[in-house]
Amino acid sequence: MVEDLKVHFDTPTGLVRAVDGVSFELGREKLGIVGESGSGKSQTGRAILRLTAPGGRVSARRLEFDGSDLLRADEKRMRQVRGGSISMIMQDPKYSLNPVMSVGAQIEEAFRVHHAADRRQARERTLDMLRAVRIREPERVYRAYPHEVSGGMGQRIMIAMMMIPEPDIIIADEPTSALDVTVQLQVLAVLDDMLRERGMGLIFISHDLNLVASFCDRILVMYDGRVVEEVAAAALHEARHPYTRGLLDCLPKLEGGQAELPVLVRDPAWRGAS
Amino acid sequence: MSAPIIDIRELDVFFGHGRWMNHAVRSVSLGVEPGQSFGLVGESGSGKTTVLRAVAGLLGGVARLDGELTVAGEAQTGQKRSREFRRRVQMVFQDPYGSLHPRHTVDTILAEPARVHRLDRLEERVVRALNEVGLDASFRFRYPHQLSGGQRQRVSIARALITGPEIVLLDEPTSALDVSVQAEVLNLLMRLRRERGLTYVLVSHNLAVVAHMCEALAVMQHGRIVETLEARQLREQSPAMPYTRQLLTASLGYDRGAIDAFEDFS
Repeated sequence: MVEDLKVHFDTPTGLVRAVDGVSFELGREKLGIVGESGSGKSQTGRAILRLTAPGGRVSARRLEFDGSDLLRADEKRMRQVRGGSISMIMQDPKYSLNPVMSVGAQIEEAFRVHHAADRRQARERTLDMLRAVRIREPERVYRAYPHEVSGGMGQRIMIAMMMIPEPDIIIADEPTSALDVTVQLQVLAVLDDMLRERGMGLIFISHDLNLVASFCDRILVMYDGRVVEEVAAAALHEARHPYTRGLLDCLPKLEGGQAELPVLVRDPAWRGAS
Repeated sequence: MSAPIIDIRELDVFFGHGRWMNHAVRSVSLGVEPGQSFGLVGESGSGKTTVLRAVAGLLGGVARLDGELTVAGEAQTGQKRSREFRRRVQMVFQDPYGSLHPRHTVDTILAEPARVHRLDRLEERVVRALNEVGLDASFRFRYPHQLSGGQRQRVSIARALITGPEIVLLDEPTSALDVSVQAEVLNLLMRLRRERGLTYVLVSHNLAVVAHMCEALAVMQHGRIVETLEARQLREQSPAMPYTRQLLTASLGYDRGAIDAFEDFS
């Protein structure tokens, strides 16, 4: 439950309103947040886990998860929330996995931070989880280091690590943008199946409108720190806001000819009202 | 069908030696007609960029080339290219942040290739090149960090055009850009091609971009060409090879049912 979330940064050139009054609720669903670079979609995801960079000021009328106020929670409570209740999957496994720790040890650690378990139990759970994300040789991957696995496998490992503490919500920030399309979809299928089996909610942050429309249930379109439109994913192509329409129109279409692409003309009015 | 302006026959590219040798491009043959836009499509590691760089002679010392390469009637051997070749064949790179010198002004960046090729009236050429890509003369004295991603890519295109090339090699020219900026850059590339009768070779992983820009394309995988087809076949979604069909299905978005039917072509 997020109400009137703001993330402001003081910079030498003035106040930057990265997120400026975003509100939404999340149930057991796949919620997509789309927008171009600088729209505030990633900052929204980070602010929920209080991972905003130093210098950013986060405020909100309400920022609640399961009855607890995330804005006023102390660091101890936040450590329980991060990973335990709300997990985050980042874009690039190369930078998010620890390069000097084996894959198995990292996933195990994620489990043992949130659950009392001995090494043997943790190891079993980790291998189960690697199987669940459809890694064919879990024993081998368990012992491997991040640089020894492909991008697609790295992202499956990230998913395994984020799922193992059994969170209620996953925030995925461009989780598959660095991957080839077929691998991207296979990784999303793994995520999709696990979300459904475990009844979790997902916030899926992406710049890719078509992907979000086909993957999520509901979409928030962000522009300049605000949500300009909310649509059911299946009805994205009936979106009414000129920004959403503009984004859809300026995509080259597979079936389209070589005609000039419509160019997005930004209306200053989109900034003010939403 | 006119004689190809780029004719590649049985091209092989190897990196390294012995045990560590990587056979990156395997027996690739293709022809690009003058004035055509030709797409090279494939997933990462398929060898598409290596083919492009082999044409340009920009693979560097670790690469070994084998096969025949003819560009504009001139047979090319290895990676040595004549000064005239470098004037006639230019390249635009993927990353507009990495491909412009951070401490050179736009003016210096654009004048350099003109100076290398001993062209006259540098200032006039720089201003004209900027205008052609939709930037006014005030951009001359800015540095790359003062430009947006789209403006940088326009400067890269201006730099490629300033020598008056016939062939422009485009390596993922819009994949680092937001879609609204991508549309502007694609429109610009289409207009310049029309006005100057340019020939493009466009490397991209985005099938929709290739279908939009190109008349013909080759699909690559593991260093080989899987299939050469007309863009029309992409638009009608009627490629012959299963690998291409799978790429096409994947590019249409998430469809849980279709994913289980994906084959592993490795």
